[in-house]
Amino acid sequence: MPERAEIEAAVIEILAKQLLLPPSDVAPGALVDGLGLDSLGKVEAIFALEERFNIHVPFNANEPDRPDLDFSSLPSIVAGVQRLIAQRSE
Amino acid sequence: MRRVVVTGIGTVNALAMDVGGTFQAFREGRCGIGALGFRDAERLTIRIGAEVRDWRPEAHFVERDLPLLDRVTQYALVAGAEAVAMAGLPEGLGARGGVILGTAAGGIQTWEDSYRAVFSEGRNRVSPLVVPRLMHNAPASHLSIRFGLMGPVLAVSSACASANHAMGLAFQQVRSGVADVMLTGGAEAMLCFGGVKAWEGLRVLAPDACRPFSLGRKGLVIGDGAGVLVFEAEEHARARGAKVLAEVAGFGMTADAGDIVAPSGNGAARAMRAALADAGMAADEVGYINAHGTGTLVNDRSEAAAIHTVFAAPPPVSSTKAMHGHAIGATGALEAMACIMALNEDLLPPTIGFETPDPDCALDVVANVARPGHVEAVLSNAFAFGGLNAVVAFRRA
Repeated sequence: MPERAEIEAAVIEILAKQLLLPPSDVAPGALVDGLGLDSLGKVEAIFALEERFNIHVPFNANEPDRPDLDFSSLPSIVAGVQRLIAQRSE
Repeated sequence: MRRVVVTGIGTVNALAMDVGGTFQAFREGRCGIGALGFRDAERLTIRIGAEVRDWRPEAHFVERDLPLLDRVTQYALVAGAEAVAMAGLPEGLGARGGVILGTAAGGIQTWEDSYRAVFSEGRNRVSPLVVPRLMHNAPASHLSIRFGLMGPVLAVSSACASANHAMGLAFQQVRSGVADVMLTGGAEAMLCFGGVKAWEGLRVLAPDACRPFSLGRKGLVIGDGAGVLVFEAEEHARARGAKVLAEVAGFGMTADAGDIVAPSGNGAARAMRAALADAGMAADEVGYINAHGTGTLVNDRSEAAAIHTVFAAPPPVSSTKAMHGHAIGATGALEAMACIMALNEDLLPPTIGFETPDPDCALDVVANVARPGHVEAVLSNAFAFGGLNAVVAFRRA
C-alpha cells in the first residue's frame, strides 16, 4: 500500500497536468472548485488516478452531490484514493 | 418553394420492430431498457441499454447478403422497407429520389470484431468485406440500391444530432426541387462492448434508468435501432394519392462554437428559433416539444432554460428516450415518429420513469403516462456533443 505522501504527490501531479500548471502551484490543501478544473478535466483526472493506482472510482457526472469519491479538495481526494486502494487489497 | 410531407415511416428499435408496435409502446409508456446481453457485457460498469432483442438477421436477409451488412445497415434496411411500403412509393424514382441517413458510430461492431480478430486472437486476416461493411454510408447506400434511388445519397454524422441533421438536409433537397422523394432518418448499433466501454469513460451513463427532467436522474442510457421516414414533395404525394402523415415545416441548425461536450443553451435556443422561422411558425402554434432530454444533469437543465428563452409559455414537453433509449445517431428519427404519433393521434408520448420535478427544469413534462392533447405543430430537438444543434418542425397534415 503506497504511503499517503506518495498518493498526495500523484494527485497533485495529475491535477496540475489537467490544469496546465506546475505541480508547485497546486497546494496540498487546495479546494478543487478554486482550481478551475472543468468537467472533462475532472473525468480525465479520475481516469488518471484509476490507471495510476489500479483502482475503480465509481463516479457519475450526473451525481456530483453524491460522489463515491469526495472530489471537493486535495485532502478529500487523497483520502478517497487511500480508501479505494485499501478496498482493492481486501 | 415546395411543401414537403411525410408519407411513410418505418422503424426497428428496442420497443418494437415496426411502427405499430412502437406507437403502442408510446401509448402504454413501455420501457425498452434492460440488461445488456452482448459478448463481454459482464466486464462493463454500466450494464443496461435499450437493445433490439431477439434480432434474427436471417429472418430479414438471405444468407448470401449478410457478410456485407453490419447490424446498423440491417436495421436501416428493415426500417426503410417498412417506410417505403407504407408510403406505397412507385418504382423508377431514379435520380428524383435519394437517401440522407444519420449515424454516429456506423459499423462499430464490425470494427470491434475485426480488431478482436487481429489484435486479441492473433489472426492475420479479416473478412474482405470489412470496409464496405463498416463505412458510415453503408446504410444509406444499401437503401439507395434496394429502392433504386439515384439522386442525392449520403451519410450524415453529427453524434446525437445525426438523424435531425439528415432530416433537415433531406427536407431541403425536396423543398428546393433537387429531389421529389428522400428516405431519411438514422441508424445506430452502438451497443457492443467497445461502444459502451467508450461511453462509460465520460461518466454520463446511468446505471439504473433514464429519467429525463426528473430529480434523481443519473444520466443517459444508450439505445440501438433505426428510423426511416419518407419525405416527399406534397404535389408529388397528392398526385399519386398517397396518404400524408405530417408536413415537414422547417429546420434549424446552429453550432455552439464553445465547449466540445457542455451545451451552451444559447445554441439550442437559436436552433429552435431558426426552425420556427424556417417554418413560418409562431412559437404559440407549437403544441408539443419532443426534447433532446438525455437525462443528464447538464443537458436537461440547459435545454429547459433554452426552451424558456424561446417560449414565453412553453408547451408540454417529453423525452421519449426514457422508453427507446438514446439511440445516438438514430434517436432523432425515433423521436420524429413520436412527433408524428402526437400529430395523428392527439396523444403526447410520455417521459416514463419520471419521479419528482426538478426545479431547474421547470417544464410541463408529460410524466409517465401518455397525455391526450390536440396538437397542430411540434418541434423535435437534438443537441449533440461537439456543440451541434438541429431542430425539426412538423405540422399536422
